[in-house]
Amino acid sequence: MDNKEFIARRVARELKDGDVVNLGIGLPTLVANYVPDGVSITLQAEHGILGAGGAAKPGEEDSEIINAGGFHITVLPGASFFDSATSFGIIRGGHVDVTILGALQVDARGNIANWMVPGKRVPGMGGAMDLVVGAKEVIVAMEHTVKGSHKIMKECSYPLTAVGVVKKIITEMGVMDITKDGIVLTEIARGFTVEDVQSATDATLIIPDNIIIIEI
Amino acid sequence: MEKLTHAANAVSVLKDGDVLLVGGFMMAGSPETLIKALLETSEVKNLTVVSNDTGTTDSNMIKVMKQGRVVKVHGSYIGSNPMTGQMLIDDADSVTLYPQGTLAEKLRCGGAGIAGFYTPVGVGTIIENGKEKRTFGDREFLLETALRGNVAFVKATVADKFGNCYMRGSTKNFGAIMARAADFVIAEAKKIVEIGELDPELVTIPGIFIDALVQSEDI
Repeated sequence: MDNKEFIARRVARELKDGDVVNLGIGLPTLVANYVPDGVSITLQAEHGILGAGGAAKPGEEDSEIINAGGFHITVLPGASFFDSATSFGIIRGGHVDVTILGALQVDARGNIANWMVPGKRVPGMGGAMDLVVGAKEVIVAMEHTVKGSHKIMKECSYPLTAVGVVKKIITEMGVMDITKDGIVLTEIARGFTVEDVQSATDATLIIPDNIIIIEI
Repeated sequence: MEKLTHAANAVSVLKDGDVLLVGGFMMAGSPETLIKALLETSEVKNLTVVSNDTGTTDSNMIKVMKQGRVVKVHGSYIGSNPMTGQMLIDDADSVTLYPQGTLAEKLRCGGAGIAGFYTPVGVGTIIENGKEKRTFGDREFLLETALRGNVAFVKATVADKFGNCYMRGSTKNFGAIMARAADFVIAEAKKIVEIGELDPELVTIPGIFIDALVQSEDI
């Protein structure tokens, strides 16, 4: 199992029956494949869909039904479509239970930076700022480091997407909760030591006595 | 009032320096027939384009931009159009980026007679630079002001000749909002029907908002 699948499988366990969920592009999209049995969620796409389904089969693409990445998708029974003002009213208004997205950096105060690397071409923030401020729960799903560089920081150095919004980080190394005291390593993946995770993390991790080993 | 016309005639309403609202989210709901007419039949310049993403490399908008006729962009996600990214690199003031919901709400307010609104989105980020910040309860909010255009281009799936528009699936996105936020609104539609043939229950945009109606070439 590669890192991305491992992360997606672990993130999927955070979802509760009935949740309205927005998944970011890339790794977070994989989470939809691993929703546990007995849990039914409604996927929101920020350009105007509730009840988004999987990719459209080749030959069955509908140019009027795409996901937020621009790819042809299907919708599930019970789906609805609406305009962007309504959609972001749903998001900003607190009607999305969970948003799962990647990040360039997250820090010990729950700040997230995921839209701009200074000096590089800027793609724009899209709906990320709205989602992390509006969703009831923000989960960052990402690989723990990038090319050996830290992503889980004492303090973000890149321009922020929002302040103090992230409550949970899930990587191939473990699960971290962001608390008022700092980042608590609540679960660790098999094959890693606490020291491994700490050395891959800029922020100082709080290690509880009863750390859980993740079984996927 | 006869609204049905051809694309070249409809887009001739644009003047140099206008603010043009362009509906669509990437290619979904992108009014390509109207943008193509702007590209091929109009010479207006110094345009300010308001668009979520300014289209993709498949969009005619990128060709209009290559002609140097767009001097300013208001958008949210521009990673799908490298010309807009280049504009931002060449002149940071030429592209203004907003959180997507803020852009949508600015336009909604523009069409609804609301001058501005306070949003929690962007607090503590570079988005708040220069904006009034106000506390309601225990939370901070930014003042964002309404946005309107001189002209809007939008795309419908079906329109009747009164201008009532049905936008199917995920094509409503920004077009359904922009059609209420410009002085002159041009809708292209994949299918145009007689008045009375579009079920009133299916109307995404009431016809009173639409000033000109054009048959989409891309159906």
